[in-house]
Amino acid sequence: MLDISSGLSMKNSISQSKLHFRLRRLFIQSESVRGYTMLSPTFLAMVLGLAMPLVVLFTLSFWLQEYLDFIRTFSFANYFEFFQKPIFGKLLLKSIRISGLVTIVTVLLAYPMAYFIAFRIKKNKLIWLILITVPFWTSYLLRVFAWKIMLGYNGVINSGLKSLGFISEPLAFLLYNPTSVVITLAHAWAAFAILPIYVSLEKIDRSLLEAARDLGETAWMTFLRVTLPLSLPGVIAASLLVFIPTVGDYVTPSLVGGPRGIMIGNIIQSMFGESQNWPMGAAISVMSMFTVAIMISLFLWGTHSYRKRIA
Amino acid sequence: MTANKPWWRPDGFYVYAVLYLTFIYLPVLFLPLFSFNDSKYIAFPLKGFTLQWYSEMINNPSMLNALANSVKIGLVVAILSTIFGLLAAKAVTRYRLPGRGPIVGFIMIPLVIPEIILGISLLILISLANIPLSLLTVGFAHLLLCIPFSMLVLVSRMEGFDRSMEEAGLDLGENAWMTFWRVTFPIVLPGIVASLLLTFTISFDEFVLAFFLSSIEPTLPVYIWSSLRFPSKLPATLALGATIFLISFVIVTFAEWVRRRGVRLESTSGI
Repeated sequence: MLDISSGLSMKNSISQSKLHFRLRRLFIQSESVRGYTMLSPTFLAMVLGLAMPLVVLFTLSFWLQEYLDFIRTFSFANYFEFFQKPIFGKLLLKSIRISGLVTIVTVLLAYPMAYFIAFRIKKNKLIWLILITVPFWTSYLLRVFAWKIMLGYNGVINSGLKSLGFISEPLAFLLYNPTSVVITLAHAWAAFAILPIYVSLEKIDRSLLEAARDLGETAWMTFLRVTLPLSLPGVIAASLLVFIPTVGDYVTPSLVGGPRGIMIGNIIQSMFGESQNWPMGAAISVMSMFTVAIMISLFLWGTHSYRKRIA
Repeated sequence: MTANKPWWRPDGFYVYAVLYLTFIYLPVLFLPLFSFNDSKYIAFPLKGFTLQWYSEMINNPSMLNALANSVKIGLVVAILSTIFGLLAAKAVTRYRLPGRGPIVGFIMIPLVIPEIILGISLLILISLANIPLSLLTVGFAHLLLCIPFSMLVLVSRMEGFDRSMEEAGLDLGENAWMTFWRVTFPIVLPGIVASLLLTFTISFDEFVLAFFLSSIEPTLPVYIWSSLRFPSKLPATLALGATIFLISFVIVTFAEWVRRRGVRLESTSGI
């Protein structure tokens, strides 16, 4: 009797736990179903407005333009043209050079500022952060245009120096060259570099720095061996946040770049504007994205192996 | 250790900070300066004080029309992208989702793609689908750009709070909707406000997408772009820029004040 009842109850409990398990699985499944349902509007909007346009862009780059129509047959002609005419490759490389320089300048200028706010400011850090973001609430166009006012032939610097009597003729070399593009972009994207670096510096455990000092490292060596490596994620994020958008920028080069300062974005824009060759513009865009993706992979690989080496 | 030192230590970092602030402020401050200058030419020496450019700005119907367009798009985009962002943020923080990483990565793509690529791809799709360009197409593009930002802000807010509060709401007999309304919503509210402000600002200032996807009805940045080519329109444009700067300064300061007040209330009402 006893045996039977205990066997029964055991069987019972097994089936109960089985049932429990099934219910749990069902619950988990329904939970992820509910999660997916909740995610689906956003996901669908992104498929419709992001994935589809990119697929169409890629497809169009293999078509040809004939007056206002497209010739919808598959052809590599646009890509041949890209490699045949040196102007495209040259401009793409120049854009990457300019953006790379902008990234380096912006990050190098931003790092001490972020360090200052993270480590030297004890009270009211928020006020400093706001102080840094305030200039970026003006329109991007006007911020870029401000540099045209600064550097122009009759601009602030030239007319100021002239009325002070330092120069008699305006300095023409200030505006309309790659340097003015770099200065303007470094200014326009400053906040995007400071904030991620600041966040990664702020996260550093202060006791690590004290430990390094207690173990006899100098302030400079502590920075090099503890602070800098630990803030690297912020530096990487800042670099990408500045590099990626500036490669394709055409506003800044067309306002302050002049003929010598134009970048790949200007060519792409003109293919969709006055030149009216959308498939060629699409091919140039695809090539630019491809090149930028390679550059970023190299950069991430480089920083990754650096972090591994010092770890 | 540092307590007996004076708060002002004029070391290299302070000098650098002042120089850096000068670098980021100086060009921007010339815009309001020249918007009060009594001269068509933007150059030194200053001629005299005038409000002429501000009255020109107010009496310019096409500029006001563009401003109204931008505000309209900005409001709709801010509300819609925050709703989308809220749903997505709740989904990824509250539910077990296989494949969550790639999905979130996919939604975040607009953050890491040059805007010109996004703009022309949408332009191609829209024209192949024979949809006429309008403020709607601009709004749709802005929505795509703003959803990732909204989601980032809201995910970080939702990850911060204790899930057991929601469970307590359910255990105490509230249904799912009331739990959201009475527990989740008040806690996430600062994130929602931040998302609304951020997405409105992004949409309001966005130029590249609007440039490719608008038709005859311009947004404000498109209008500014076209007026940058005409020197006679410049002073009034500077007046407009200075006004926007002032208004956004007031809004952001106010938002920050509200947020800090909320934080203070939270910390005093706690146990």
